[in-house]
Amino acid sequence: MRKIDPDTNRFRNIVRGKIRENLKQYVSQGELLARQGKKVVSVPLPQIDIPNFRFGDSQQGGVGMGDGEVGEPIGEEQGPPGAEAGDQPGEHVIEVDVSLEELAEILGEELELPRIEPRGTESVKVEKDRYTGINRNGPESLRHFRRTFKAALRRQIASGSYDPKNPKVIPVREDRRYRSWNTKQVPQSNAVIIYMMDVSGSMGNEQKDIVRIESFWLDTWLQSQYENIETRYIIHDAQAKLVDAHTFFHVRESGGTKISSAYNLAKELIQKEFSPVEWNIYPFHFSDGDNWGGDDTAQCIRLLQEDLIPASNVFCYGQVKSAYGSGQFIKDLREGVGQDEKVLVSEINSRDEILPSIKTFLGKGC
Amino acid sequence: MLRNRELTPEIEEWRQTIRQYAVDCGLDFFEVLYELVDYDEMNMIASYGGFPVRYPHWRWGMQFEELQKQYSYGLAKIYELVINNDPCYAYLMRCNPLVDQKLVMAHVYGHSDFFKNNCWFAHTNRKMVDTISNHAVRIRRHIDDQGQDVVEEFIDVCLSLENLIDPHLPYFAAGEKQSEETLDLARNEAQGVRFAAKPYMEEFVNPAEVLAKEKAAILNKIDESEKFPEDPEKDVLNFLLHHGQLRRWQRDVLSIIREEAYYFAPQGMTKIMNEGWASYWHSNMMTRNILDASELIDYADHHSGTLGSSPGVLNPYKVGIELFRDIKMRWDMGRHGKEWESCEDVHGKKEWDRDEDLGLKKIYEVRSTHNDITFIDEFLTEEFCDQHKMFTYKFDRQTGKYILDGRDFSSIKLAFLDQLSNCGRPRIQVQDGNYGNRGELLLKHIWSGTPLKLDYATRTLENLYKLWGRPVFLETIIEGKTKVLGFNGSAHDEKSSA
Repeated sequence: MRKIDPDTNRFRNIVRGKIRENLKQYVSQGELLARQGKKVVSVPLPQIDIPNFRFGDSQQGGVGMGDGEVGEPIGEEQGPPGAEAGDQPGEHVIEVDVSLEELAEILGEELELPRIEPRGTESVKVEKDRYTGINRNGPESLRHFRRTFKAALRRQIASGSYDPKNPKVIPVREDRRYRSWNTKQVPQSNAVIIYMMDVSGSMGNEQKDIVRIESFWLDTWLQSQYENIETRYIIHDAQAKLVDAHTFFHVRESGGTKISSAYNLAKELIQKEFSPVEWNIYPFHFSDGDNWGGDDTAQCIRLLQEDLIPASNVFCYGQVKSAYGSGQFIKDLREGVGQDEKVLVSEINSRDEILPSIKTFLGKGC
Repeated sequence: MLRNRELTPEIEEWRQTIRQYAVDCGLDFFEVLYELVDYDEMNMIASYGGFPVRYPHWRWGMQFEELQKQYSYGLAKIYELVINNDPCYAYLMRCNPLVDQKLVMAHVYGHSDFFKNNCWFAHTNRKMVDTISNHAVRIRRHIDDQGQDVVEEFIDVCLSLENLIDPHLPYFAAGEKQSEETLDLARNEAQGVRFAAKPYMEEFVNPAEVLAKEKAAILNKIDESEKFPEDPEKDVLNFLLHHGQLRRWQRDVLSIIREEAYYFAPQGMTKIMNEGWASYWHSNMMTRNILDASELIDYADHHSGTLGSSPGVLNPYKVGIELFRDIKMRWDMGRHGKEWESCEDVHGKKEWDRDEDLGLKKIYEVRSTHNDITFIDEFLTEEFCDQHKMFTYKFDRQTGKYILDGRDFSSIKLAFLDQLSNCGRPRIQVQDGNYGNRGELLLKHIWSGTPLKLDYATRTLENLYKLWGRPVFLETIIEGKTKVLGFNGSAHDEKSSA
């Protein structure tokens, strides 16, 4: 127990909204930034900012140091390097250079995600080669240099041709040693992520950005949990299409919305390529909650109940808030299949809610 | 957990050596007590602002979390931590290599010398370690009486106004205030001057209407002199402490927050000088005496790490050390004074060397008497700006970025001083403690050209209300017009002028 722990716990409880609810308004979630080409991410770092009289920061000028011509932008798009006294809390977001594995670890730690217990590990076996032994025969590319020399040395000492004052060791054909492998049957955990997204006119850029960021994190986490992971992307308006990742995030269609079309396609995909016996299946569906009236929603529920949910580990539905969407679908889902514990739904109203949503989806560890 | 914080024999030996070098350099410091700590202890102490014990508050926890994360993701670690106290306490990170420990020790002697000799620290409490732990005890006692949530919430309110102090206050004797006695005398006089007279002559010698007139005039005069506060009060916290509607424990908490704010204030006022001074001496001692040849690369790496500036950002360490070096060079060579400034011969200036050798004396003098503002004002020269590629920047609305504005010396200096004035915070003072004759409080933002962040300002007013207990107002300029923001306990309003 450290002296500061009570303070730290208190801070955490405030951030989680357990105590001092009036302070919650000052909590900033920190930023969660997806990878931008290079692996730069921001680690979420909640901060509480007590208000005080301060200058509006957007137009302040100042003094800097360095090269540059008049009119050139300085530095990054960071705020002005203020001359604040040292007792002020500094930047709220830290930018880190990390690998994807580290990233997943950070994410798991931040959100306290449980490890996933893959299913079907027993049923799927793959052959794997392991270099475990040494052989006298083999291809030159696998020659074990040190073992070869050892063998040569031993032979020379035994035959008395080794001279410690002039330690020349010359391997001959019989000295050569090669690595050899065993083929083993190892269980493998496979997973497939099926992203479905509504691309009808009401999904704007901001909504797609949210989906993009969220799916990046979902990918990152699931990839850290499975050895072999496949991703499929389905977009839909009134019809559904299987597309590649780039199209998925950039296409913009218009027209109506028929969610059942996507569920149908997902069902076919699973039947054709991903048998639930061998695969852990993760369908994620994002939409703004508008669906074509009539019985389409009922059909969706039926598809979920009969095909998708039984086949999947979990079925996740994220509803992104848009200016046009009615947001009805999430209610229908909750009503229709909400009691099924494999169904996880969350509403994502802004970027700040991406993290809690990921926690909803992955927090159960299945 | 409680590991031995004593220095290892090797470091201890170096400490003695470095201390001797520091003395030889002429540094005059409070004795420095070094402690060897692990990274999480270091982060903990840093979160507490350098002190071993503080009162319970979530913000230490917040800072700790941030430092821990930065450390564990390899982004930043704290090298040195030193507190202004007699004796000075400084912490060394156990896991650092020896060359870093040497650097930090040399650096810390610079800081300790600065704390002891710079006049802006002259009025700080040198037993602050004790005082701060007493504060912790007092606040814990209030928590026992009032409950943690209540006390913590009140602390948050105080912290919201923490920066409304007057850092120059300790240097002035309390102003001549009119005492209550003189005011009483005046009030007596307000009865009017009555001449002695026989009763039957009374109404002729002292006519009633004249008496009334005199009385009114004198009362008026008293009213004038009873403006409250008489002069605008810059130490807003002190004003609230004496005149706010506070309960006894609240007054005590507020006074603690205020005392700590005053203790930390000089560090904000001398950031550039203090870091520059310490860096100047660590660089001096390290390169001349301390370094082993094998440590050179590591030292250079860390030294340039602290002094390096990312493009466009002003690094106080860098500006400070270079200015001290510049001053030393100028006074060594006699490149100052009227003759130097009026010399227009470029070649002559380049060769100028009077061999005066007064540099060392001068920089010692500067470290005693200046703060950042006067330091920059007096010693930032055009040559220096050129040499260090300084520029001004501004916000470009079209691109939404900060762009380089120019390299003109006088505007650089102006912008620099502006940036430093009041530690980069708005100046706010108590204008009227009886605003509208209703016991309401009017604060005034002394305009310096930059508008306030409005959402923060309105929320701060809510906190101010909690201390004052009556409606509160703030006069500032919004979009070029003088406005008065108000909060009356339930609603905000905005009037166009006082």
